[in-house]
Amino acid sequence: MESNNNSLRQQIADMRQSLFDEEMLDRHYRTVEELSDKDHPNFAEEVMTMYFRDSTKLIAIFENALENAPFNFIVLDKYLHQLKGSSASIGAKKVWEKINEMRDCLRERDIEGTRTVLQQLKKEHDNLRGRIEPYFRMLRQVGPSEIAQRPK
Amino acid sequence: MATSTSGAAWKSGDVVSDQFPAGLRVLVVDDDPTCLMILEKMLRTCLYEVTKCNRAEHALSLLRENKNGFDIVISDVHMPDMNGFKLLEHIGLEMDLPVIMMSADDGKDVVMKGVTHGACDYLIKPVRIEALKNIWQHVVRKKKNEWRELEQSGSVEEGDRSAKPSEDADYSSSANEGNWKSSKKRRDEDEEAEERDDTSTLKKPRVVWSVELHQQFVAAVNQLGIDKAVPKKILELMNVPGLTRENVASHLQKYRLYLRRLSGQHQTSMNNSFINPQEASFGAMTSLNGIDLQTLAVAGQIPAQSLATLQAAGLGRSTAKPGIPLPLVDQRNLFSFENPKLRFGEGQQQQQQHLGTSKPVNLLHGIPTSMEPKQLTSLHQSAQSLGMNMQVNTHGAQNSSLLMQMNQPQSRGQILNDTASSHVPRLPTTQTIVSTGLASGVLGRNGITNNGRGAGYNPVMQNSSMLNFPNGFPLGSASTMSGLPSQGSFQEEVTSEVKGSVSFAASYDIFNDLNQHKSNDWDIQNVGLTFDASQQSNSIPSGSLDLVHQGFSGSQRNMPVRNQSNVGKPMYSIGDIGHGNAQNTSQHLNTLLGDNSIRIKTERNTDVLADNGFFPEQFGQDDLMSALLKQQEGITPAENQFDFDGYSMDNIPV
Repeated sequence: MESNNNSLRQQIADMRQSLFDEEMLDRHYRTVEELSDKDHPNFAEEVMTMYFRDSTKLIAIFENALENAPFNFIVLDKYLHQLKGSSASIGAKKVWEKINEMRDCLRERDIEGTRTVLQQLKKEHDNLRGRIEPYFRMLRQVGPSEIAQRPK
Repeated sequence: MATSTSGAAWKSGDVVSDQFPAGLRVLVVDDDPTCLMILEKMLRTCLYEVTKCNRAEHALSLLRENKNGFDIVISDVHMPDMNGFKLLEHIGLEMDLPVIMMSADDGKDVVMKGVTHGACDYLIKPVRIEALKNIWQHVVRKKKNEWRELEQSGSVEEGDRSAKPSEDADYSSSANEGNWKSSKKRRDEDEEAEERDDTSTLKKPRVVWSVELHQQFVAAVNQLGIDKAVPKKILELMNVPGLTRENVASHLQKYRLYLRRLSGQHQTSMNNSFINPQEASFGAMTSLNGIDLQTLAVAGQIPAQSLATLQAAGLGRSTAKPGIPLPLVDQRNLFSFENPKLRFGEGQQQQQQHLGTSKPVNLLHGIPTSMEPKQLTSLHQSAQSLGMNMQVNTHGAQNSSLLMQMNQPQSRGQILNDTASSHVPRLPTTQTIVSTGLASGVLGRNGITNNGRGAGYNPVMQNSSMLNFPNGFPLGSASTMSGLPSQGSFQEEVTSEVKGSVSFAASYDIFNDLNQHKSNDWDIQNVGLTFDASQQSNSIPSGSLDLVHQGFSGSQRNMPVRNQSNVGKPMYSIGDIGHGNAQNTSQHLNTLLGDNSIRIKTERNTDVLADNGFFPEQFGQDDLMSALLKQQEGITPAENQFDFDGYSMDNIPV
């Protein structure tokens, strides 16, 4: 058991580290992790869950708005701005970078370019979710607080 | 609230608990749930007491309910229901709490905007907890400044006074440019500069004199009487939390200077422009903007005197001070008009004076003006009452109806109609000009196309000078102009309006003359009455009022308008109003009148009015009306210019 647990923890730690190494997450995520305490041991998970719930919706809305003219650039930028804020707050680095690229395209009224980058954004977004979800699942198995506090 | 503290944790004073800043009461506002969650947690980690909120409106109500319940507010810039900067202004104005802005954008202009709007700090997302750990310094700093301010209130005021002249200059320039907002900004910035220059460390929290606030101020001043208005009493009447006596004092000083300036201008311009009212005025009027109300006034030929008399007589209120003909108008301009509504005011005054001359002012170029002196006079008189109403009515249909009626001068009938229909909305705005300027404006309007709404003067001239009537004219319906026999009444209205807006009345008179309608039907009397009430500071010279009256009397007979809207009634209320919403308009009128700062933002008003269905096309005098309206509404139209997008004519109670 112990060794299983240990290997599990190791696995989890590795998963976490790779997220940083691949720059899918940056140091701001660590800040979020550090906010966990005894009252909210799963704080990071709660935040990430909330983030994915809202960001998925927002991306869908944005994609929809980008489908047909006329395009309301102000509104489109607003969506991106909001997405940018939340993504930055949780440290979703690659997602954040794609959002910036899209905003640049929008500024130049490049709809096609925006659509292209949007697909890339969705991919990064899905990637991140695909890696974070199993990570948290495993965390729960071993006890999240321990892992979260592990220095990285 | 400055001194409110969270329990025993700390005081704005020198006593700071050991645990400070623990217990700092923070309100965090952000529409993004993820960010809000993270922020709340971070703030809790700093041992602050956190309240979170995802809607700006909700945040505002929380703050209002717990006046001393929070020490600092952190808010996101982009929120769906309200712009973060607006929230910032509201908080600064009402509660005077330190506000920290946040955004995912770090663009320099956005940050600058935050600073100029009074944010005490600006954080870029993602917000780091270290940044939050230090926010308590803003609270301490603010309290410290407030104490200082309190201690040095006396000297502060002095400092303020000395700084006023420059600010006043801002007013005039802004008025000329017709851009209140920018001038206001300039003024604010100037104020800030001045504050910095203040010898003492005293740093007054900047008060944003929003349109609403200013209207409250004006209403209070009017209530007290311009002569008796002292900062302390004004402050009490206004009852705005967070506003200090110093703020009011400095604002009052500016206001006084503004009024003085208006009256000064008024006098001079009147004499000059009055000559060939028809042409001259028109010509001048064409460019309502910045125009020359004077010209208009001249055109209106509403003798300032008569107007004033009308005012006095009609209103029955004697607070009106003929001495300050258009201060109101100007004021409006100052504060909210984009255009030189001032001109209107001034013009109006002139008109009033001129009106006495009984020269048929052919304000409307295209309109054969056969206004006869008599008509004019009667118009004046009626207008006076009307004017008063009008002012009040600006909001109310009354004015419009009056206008309409007026528009229906036989000769002009159609013109008016046309104008009315198209300009009616405008009128409201022009009404503000009420004073002589109005008259001219009104007339001018008919022929003159409003520049943007406010321009009402010029365009209207052609078809329906009537339209130019201030919004307040309850013309009833543009189409019913035919029933508008009482041109005079219109005039009166104009005149009356002018009172408050003195100029307004004047315009009416002119209009009447032009249209040769006798607004007998109008119960301008009522209008006039109301007008008076509201115009405490109307500077409409009584002389001009008389004119209006005269004109009016004729019109009083048949003012169909009356039926349309409570022509008489609202007016009265104007004087009394000042507070109810329904009375918004009237109130505004009052304010308008009182302030003489009728906003000649015809443009705005027109729109608003039109939107509200208030002033159907009738108003040709968009400028005047809108100005008035705006005032009444508390003018939101000014909003356009203001940062407060909130302002809008929509407030006009229809």
